[in-house]
Amino acid sequence: MTMRPDPTFHASPKLAMEAPAENFAYTLLLSPDFSKPDALAVIDVKPGSPTYSQIVHTVTMPNKGDEFHHFGWNACSSALSPLTGHAFIERRYLIIPGLRSSRIYIIDTKPDPTQAKIHKIIEPEEVFRKTGYSRPHTIHCGPDGVYVSTLGGGGKDGTNGPPGVFIMDCETFEVLGRWEIDRGPQTLHYDFWWNLPRDYMVSSEWALPPQFENGIVPEDLLANKYGHRLHFWDLRARRNVQTIDLGANHQMALEVRPAHDPVREYGFAGVVVDTTNLEGSIWTWWREGGKFHAEKTATIPPEPADKEKLPPLLQGFGAVPPLVTDIDLSMDDRFLYVSCWGTGEMRQYDVSDPRKPKLAGSVHTGGIVRRAPHPSGKTYAGGPQMVEISRDGRRVYWTNSLYSTWDDQFYPDGVPGVEVMANVGRNGGLELDKDYFVSFPDGYRAHQIRLEGGDCSTDSFCYPSV
Amino acid sequence: MGWPLAVSAGLMDKSPRALFGALWALSAGHLLATLLVLLPFAFLLVLAAWQRPIQLVASLVVIGFGVYQLIARRHPRALARIPPTQLALWSFAVAIAHGAALMLVPIYLGLCQAFELDAGHEAAGALMQASLGMAVLVSLVHVTAMVGAGGCLAWLVYRYLGLKFVSRSWFNLDAVWASSLVLVGAVALAFNLASWR
Repeated sequence: MTMRPDPTFHASPKLAMEAPAENFAYTLLLSPDFSKPDALAVIDVKPGSPTYSQIVHTVTMPNKGDEFHHFGWNACSSALSPLTGHAFIERRYLIIPGLRSSRIYIIDTKPDPTQAKIHKIIEPEEVFRKTGYSRPHTIHCGPDGVYVSTLGGGGKDGTNGPPGVFIMDCETFEVLGRWEIDRGPQTLHYDFWWNLPRDYMVSSEWALPPQFENGIVPEDLLANKYGHRLHFWDLRARRNVQTIDLGANHQMALEVRPAHDPVREYGFAGVVVDTTNLEGSIWTWWREGGKFHAEKTATIPPEPADKEKLPPLLQGFGAVPPLVTDIDLSMDDRFLYVSCWGTGEMRQYDVSDPRKPKLAGSVHTGGIVRRAPHPSGKTYAGGPQMVEISRDGRRVYWTNSLYSTWDDQFYPDGVPGVEVMANVGRNGGLELDKDYFVSFPDGYRAHQIRLEGGDCSTDSFCYPSV
Repeated sequence: MGWPLAVSAGLMDKSPRALFGALWALSAGHLLATLLVLLPFAFLLVLAAWQRPIQLVASLVVIGFGVYQLIARRHPRALARIPPTQLALWSFAVAIAHGAALMLVPIYLGLCQAFELDAGHEAAGALMQASLGMAVLVSLVHVTAMVGAGGCLAWLVYRYLGLKFVSRSWFNLDAVWASSLVLVGAVALAFNLASWR
């Protein structure tokens, strides 16, 4: 317990943007064939540093087969919630769930990121016993604890009961139990986030473990059996208040990104693929008159391609779908970044008018057919995937791997782990930084990135940007 | 207590009216909490013959709660689970959880002691009425003082100081607060014991 709030906690998004720039980027590394333990890489991102864009520390886990995916902090700006009145905790521990193992690692990043080490390991049995859930996925630091979404229910294949969200203590890391009191029609899970003062949560859907653990199931996809709904919740009452079906053809509604400024009652969601025409789409959801609404506000078309250049999975279509696998919203709610993992494009949309996104920038790296090189001349396989934006909105980082078994289906030639960065112009526009190219050790792929002191998919704020 | 909630309400609605509306709700909750704690003692005072033991027990309860606060340093999670729209409930719960209302008990009982000199021989009903009146008065004075201080701070932050003040001004006063409960209880206990002889 501290005597003052952590200086990286900010009351509003505007104050977070004015904070000092990040010095380190934490990146999850996974061993796709499970031959090595997964790891956390700490990368120096301080311009001018002699070790700039290099891995300066690695925390290697003691187990194999965890499959690291998403992770998060034990505490963030949400601790300044006036409802807790008690912000005397530190942004200190990274909580890393093993998506495949259901094991959770707590990593201590203090006193210095280059000395990060394992603080505690929560074994899968504890998660199963206390929550009935499995496959922990997204971590969000809430004002009353750490919220963890899961992709699987109980039982060996995770289909015994629906997946959901559970809560952990943010200091002792004790698993406290399920969050939901009434889940309504929700049976699938992926991402979730909230608006704390407005007291609502939104969650999305990917699939149940048998539909993703051994790779994408083409029959299920073509039969529209992956998730395609958004669920809205009363955050404190822990009840589903509304479910919006985006339409069965809008397969895999993944990331949800509410506006950071809590007075703005809207947000975005990305849909991976439309099974009628292979396009990816961006949806805007908003609350009006007490009800939630959602509409498709941007589409990204597939790119035609020679059959022989395509992996077997796509040969029947003669085209590369964009595959919108991640989106991220800048702290000023102005730019939405969209990863097109299939076509190898990172798009930047101006979403000042949230229901009318305007394409403001674009760069290409990798892609199933394009295989766009990086300006450094180094090879970038895979496509833009997990994207993270610096608090000030000037730097956008991304990795190239989606999920071990899916990588192999879409990129059979392999996806050696890399991380790149693009600089953002004052009024938009993206340019790849040729000096920032992080190659991870052989046999490792890279997934999500977290920036020291918080980033644009970590913190939630309780006061508006005034 | 709760002034950042008033700042938040004002900023979210972009109106000072929302700030003052929040202050009203916070005051109502706090007042209810103090009354809830003081009223049982007001009824107990009917038992004039037992007044000293009541005062002793009350002092010990306040000391005990302060010691408990010193040991159990975690904040109750339930406070963050109250919806932001239910400010009065939040204010009530936080006052109870912190023992803010409990802190008034020794002061209140001390005030009633003076009353007792005159009222002691009168009917129990009159004594109870006087105690009730005193309980309400003590609560009102306390809440007015709290809202006056908190409201000024909320207005200053909202209008002049800005949001940086919210995180910069927060100190962890848990130990100080718990110690002050112990201190108030101890002082009351000492006075009671001294005047008993």
